[in-house]
Amino acid sequence: MSHGVLSVRRVSANKMTITFALLALVIMLFVFLPLAKTIFSSSPTMLFDSLLDDKVRGAIWLSLYTALLATVVGAIFGIPLAYILARFDFPGKRTVEGLIDVPIVIPHTAAGIALLFVFGRNFLAGKAFNLIGINFVDSVAGIVIAMLFVSIPFLIDSAKEGFKAVDVRLEKVSRTLGASPWQTFFRISLPLAWRSILAGNVMMWARGISEFGAVMILAYHPMVASILVADRFEEYGLDYARPMAALLILVCLVIFIGLRAFAYSGEKT
Amino acid sequence: MIEVKNLSVDLGDFLLKDITFDVKQGEYYIILGPTGAGKTVLLESIAGLHPIRKGEIWLNGKEITNLEPERRGIGVVYQDYVLFPHLSVKENIVFGLRLRRQPRQEIEATLSWLVELLNISHLLQRKPGTLSGGESQKVALARALSVKPAVLLLDEPLSALDPGAREDIQHELRRIHDRLNITVIQVTHDFEEAVALGHRIAVIGEGRIMQIGTSEQIFRQPNSEFVARFAMSRNIFSGEVRDGDEECAVINIGDMEVAAVTELRGEIHASLRPEDILISTEPLKSSARNCLHGVISRIDDRGSTLLLTVTVPPEFICLVTRHSFEEMGLTEWKEVYMTFKASAVHIF
Repeated sequence: MSHGVLSVRRVSANKMTITFALLALVIMLFVFLPLAKTIFSSSPTMLFDSLLDDKVRGAIWLSLYTALLATVVGAIFGIPLAYILARFDFPGKRTVEGLIDVPIVIPHTAAGIALLFVFGRNFLAGKAFNLIGINFVDSVAGIVIAMLFVSIPFLIDSAKEGFKAVDVRLEKVSRTLGASPWQTFFRISLPLAWRSILAGNVMMWARGISEFGAVMILAYHPMVASILVADRFEEYGLDYARPMAALLILVCLVIFIGLRAFAYSGEKT
Repeated sequence: MIEVKNLSVDLGDFLLKDITFDVKQGEYYIILGPTGAGKTVLLESIAGLHPIRKGEIWLNGKEITNLEPERRGIGVVYQDYVLFPHLSVKENIVFGLRLRRQPRQEIEATLSWLVELLNISHLLQRKPGTLSGGESQKVALARALSVKPAVLLLDEPLSALDPGAREDIQHELRRIHDRLNITVIQVTHDFEEAVALGHRIAVIGEGRIMQIGTSEQIFRQPNSEFVARFAMSRNIFSGEVRDGDEECAVINIGDMEVAAVTELRGEIHASLRPEDILISTEPLKSSARNCLHGVISRIDDRGSTLLLTVTVPPEFICLVTRHSFEEMGLTEWKEVYMTFKASAVHIF
């Protein structure tokens, strides 16, 4: 099949491109096959039945909602940081940029433990938030900070690249035309970096929904979708977990294909 | 009137130091210097867009050294236009007016005034990405003028344009300046541009201002090797063009006549590259339309080449190789002939 495509497009099919196409095919199958098999091995009736299960619906809804909250919080605090990193040079900037990406590389169960040490009931931030009635262990707030911690790098990195791509002189011209720094940010920098910021938000939301490790440590209950799938697998086995897994994959696919299409619409490739 | 006093700006690799000059109300002031001399940074410092280490900037009797750019009333136009890509041409132009929350009629009035001034009514609904270089620069000018700045700063406004658009915009710049009587500070690396537009020229190099004067003073009496090198890269004359015989025009420079290829008539500037002049000890019979007789009044040794100043009058600067120089046995006060094509004379 790949040979057919190559010859139709008249790409010179030398040995290297053929080898690359074959290797690419292997990795594509590796990604698509499990997803497709999970979805198609559950009949539509089974998927519908699991959708009628209150616990399943509740868990999926909770995942979407908490990841969205994490993204909103991330955007409020992350976009300013992204702007600062894109515009200013200061001592220790590289260290800051490195630290921001640490959540991507550490095991997320370890991240959960680390969060517990700050936001647990007996620790500094945990106590402080407790005074205003927010508790992070086994609560929605706990899920949100777990998701926030592990997914914020995606938003910051993407927004930073977006701001970097905006010519700083556009901001300078705006200032000479009478715009304050705030007006310049909201009328020039933000609209021009908007696409990257939106893509970063979508990535962050997606990463939040898919998070398991850190959420498990901080808030096993109430159960988000990823935890419910694991819980059912542990307790009842593959057959019982599969329809729910299929449903989760489908929901995520639909949402992210839609959002990507929106975020990249009108972009010239 | 704008005054810059002992301005120093840190550029990382080097410094602009002790920059002092003043620009009169309504003056067209040129800052001339090679690429990388810090000219853009100097303009941005005046506009408040670059931190200043030392020195003062005064505008109409008020110190503005540390004033925010949005409060200065100084407009900036960059070489590559820097239009807001997400806004239409019209939105670009009224950007500053909308910020001031002016009433709609007032904004519309200013817009139509600018549209008429720059003749850009057909562009208003377009996006910046679809404009040509010349069109973009007109829009950038309209946008800068919209807020009626006290001073207009132009950063190499002609350098990114192709030759046709360059002539067009140069003409626009002079017309706008004359019509609005606005104070303009323009930086450029092009000596011809400086001569054509500037009332006064400040030559900047090595982080300092080397000389300030009219183009005549800079060109005829360069005060340093640096300025001389800049000025000597071209022969510049002013004169009057009239119809000549056949297809060539004739320029009267002093008592002398030079043939040139141009459609322009009247008072003009002409430039001629030193390397386009052929030096000989006998009159040459050739296809070149110009052959002038003069005396070598000065010799500048540049190593493998030499710059000869040949007085007709006026003075011409000519470039010869050392080999030819020695072969012809040239010395000061020797009589020579200069031959150059009519097409080598650039009229502007």
